[in-house]
Amino acid sequence: MSLVAQVDRATPSAFGRGRRPGELTGGATLGLGVGVLWLGLLVLLPVAAIVSTAFEDGIAGFWDAVTDPEALAAIRFTVGAAALVTVVNAVVGTLIAWVLVRDRFPGKRILEVVIDIPFALPTIVAGLVLITLYGPSGPFGINLVGTQAGVVLALLFVTLPFVVRSVQPVLIDADREVEQAAASLGANGFTIFRRVILPTVTPAVVSGAALSFARALGEFGSVILISANLIGKTQVSSSYILKMIESQETVSAAAVATLLLVVAVVVLVVLDVLQRRTARRG
Amino acid sequence: MKSPHRGHLARSSSRLAAALVAASLLAVAGCSSSDDKASSDGTGGAQASAIDLVGFAVIQSAYDDLAEAFAETDQGEGVKVKGSFGASGAQSRAVIAGQDADLVALSLTPDVDNIVKEGLIAEDWNADENKGIVSDSVVVLAVRKGNPKNITGWDDIVAPGVGIVTADPGTSGAAKWNLLGAYTHGLGENEDKAAGEAFLAKFIGNVVSWNDSGRTATDAFVKGTGDVLISYENEAIAARAAGVELDYIVPETTFLIENPAAVTTSGSQAAKDFLEFIKSDEGQAIFIEHGFRSPSGVQPTEDVEGANDPSNPFPEATIWTVEGLGGWSVVNDELFDKETGLVAELRG
Repeated sequence: MSLVAQVDRATPSAFGRGRRPGELTGGATLGLGVGVLWLGLLVLLPVAAIVSTAFEDGIAGFWDAVTDPEALAAIRFTVGAAALVTVVNAVVGTLIAWVLVRDRFPGKRILEVVIDIPFALPTIVAGLVLITLYGPSGPFGINLVGTQAGVVLALLFVTLPFVVRSVQPVLIDADREVEQAAASLGANGFTIFRRVILPTVTPAVVSGAALSFARALGEFGSVILISANLIGKTQVSSSYILKMIESQETVSAAAVATLLLVVAVVVLVVLDVLQRRTARRG
Repeated sequence: MKSPHRGHLARSSSRLAAALVAASLLAVAGCSSSDDKASSDGTGGAQASAIDLVGFAVIQSAYDDLAEAFAETDQGEGVKVKGSFGASGAQSRAVIAGQDADLVALSLTPDVDNIVKEGLIAEDWNADENKGIVSDSVVVLAVRKGNPKNITGWDDIVAPGVGIVTADPGTSGAAKWNLLGAYTHGLGENEDKAAGEAFLAKFIGNVVSWNDSGRTATDAFVKGTGDVLISYENEAIAARAAGVELDYIVPETTFLIENPAAVTTSGSQAAKDFLEFIKSDEGQAIFIEHGFRSPSGVQPTEDVEGANDPSNPFPEATIWTVEGLGGWSVVNDELFDKETGLVAELRG
C-alpha cells in the first residue's frame, strides 16, 4: 500500500520542473526513443498485422466474418458482460478502496493482500477456483457453470483489483482538511461526497474502469471453464477467435479481433474524454 | 526519479540518433543473449545429435519414455530428444510458422497434412503400412466413480437429464473423435445417415460443457460438471493410473483414434531412426504401457495400470474408422465444416 502511494506521489510533480513545455533533456529523449521503438515493435506492429489480416479478403470478407451469427452473438455477449463488469467494478471498487483507506479494522492488512490475488493467479487457475466454488460440487449449492452469470462472475473476479488499486492512492493523497472544512461549513455527508470526494477520485475510477473493460473484453482462461462455451449463450469472443484459428479461418479470427480492438479503443477514448472533463471541472 | 542528464543535446537529429542507437543496442543485447543460450544448449560435443520433437500434449509422458528407451539402443546412443508439447493444432501451426522440428507427433492426420501442404513434410510420409499412424486409442465414456447413472453405452448418455462434457471440435481438433464416436453409433450397421444425424442431435442437445481442449474438459468433469465425459481410452487409463476418481466404459461401438507421427523434410537421420524405433515392437510396447492401442497389432505383455481390467486392457468392440467414413476430407466436409457441416448446423 505504501509503495503504491509513494510511486504515485513521485510521478506527477518531480518530472519536468523548471523546463519549458515541449523541450526535452538528453535523457528524456533517449527515453522517448526507446519507448516509441519498444511500443512500435511490441504493440503497433502486431496490431497492424492483425488489422491487415482482417482485411485480407477485402471489406466484404471482414463484414462477412463479423456478421456471422455465432460471431455476433459472442461479441455482443462479451461486450455486454464487460460493460456490466466495468460498472460494478467502478462502484464496488471505489467502495473497497474507501474502506481500505479510511477505516481501521482488524484484518485490514490481510484484505490488502487478498485484493491482489486475482492478479497473481494464472487465469486458468482462477477458472479452476471459480468452478470449484460455484460449480456443481461447490459448497454453496450454487451452480453457475454454463450460465451468463458465471461468466460475469469470472470477469468480476479477474478485474476486481483495477479500480481498487487506481483509486486507493488518490484517496490516500486526498486532503482531508477540505472535507473537514466542508463539514464545518455545514455540508452533510452526501454533499461532501458529491462535491468534494467524487471529483477527486473520478479520474482514477474512470481509468481503473477502462482497464477493467479492456481486460474483460479479452479474458479467456478464467471464463473458459465456468462458461461451458455454449454457442449463442455463454461463448465469449476470445473462445470464438480461438475456434476460428483452429479451423484455419485466420481472416475471421483477425476480423473479430479487430472489431474488439475498435470497441476497446472507442471505450478507452470515451472514458479518457470523460476523465478530462471531470478533472477540469474538479 | 530525476534524470541525471540535464544538458541538452545540440541538435534534434543527434538526439534521435542517440535514441535509436540506444534502442538498437538493447535489441542486439537481447538477441545475442538468446543466441548464447541456444548454443550452450547444444554443448554435448559435435557428435551428439538432438531431435527436435514437436508433439501434442497428451503423448508427452509416452514420448519421454520412448526417448529414454531409444537412447539405450545402438542407433540412439547419445541422441537427445528435445520436446515441445502443446495443443495439436497449435503445434502444427508453430511448425508451419518456422519452429525447429525434426519429428512431429500430432493428434490427428489433418494436422500433419497442413504441414505437408507447406512442403515441410514429404508427400509420402504416410506410405508405410500403418499410414503414418504410430498410436491408437478408442473413444470411451468416463463416468463418476461407481457409475451412479448406470451408463453402459451411447444410448444411455442421450437420455434426458444426462449432462455430457466434451472438448469442442471447433477449438480442439482431437475432439472430432468424440463426435465421430457418437455419429457412427447413430449410423449403425446400415449406415443410415438420417439416424446418425438424429443421434448426433440428441447427443449435442445433452452437452452441458464444450471445452477448448481435452484437458479442460477433464478438469470441468472432475470438478463436478456433467455426468459423462467423452474421453479417450488412453486418457481415462492415464487418469485412473494417476489416481483421478473416475470409471470408464468402452462402448460396444466406438471410434478408432489414430495419432500420426512424421519426420520433416529437414529432419535428421536420428529423427528417422527414432521414428522407426517408435514403430518397432519395443516402441509400441511403451505406448501400450501408457494405455494406447498399437496400430501394428502389438499385444500387451504386462498389466496396464489404470485399465478396467489391467490384464485385458483393450476390450473388443465394433470400431469405426475415418477411412470407413471415406477419409478425412469427406469427414471434415460433411461433419466439421464451419458453415455447412452437420455439427455446426446442429449446434445452431
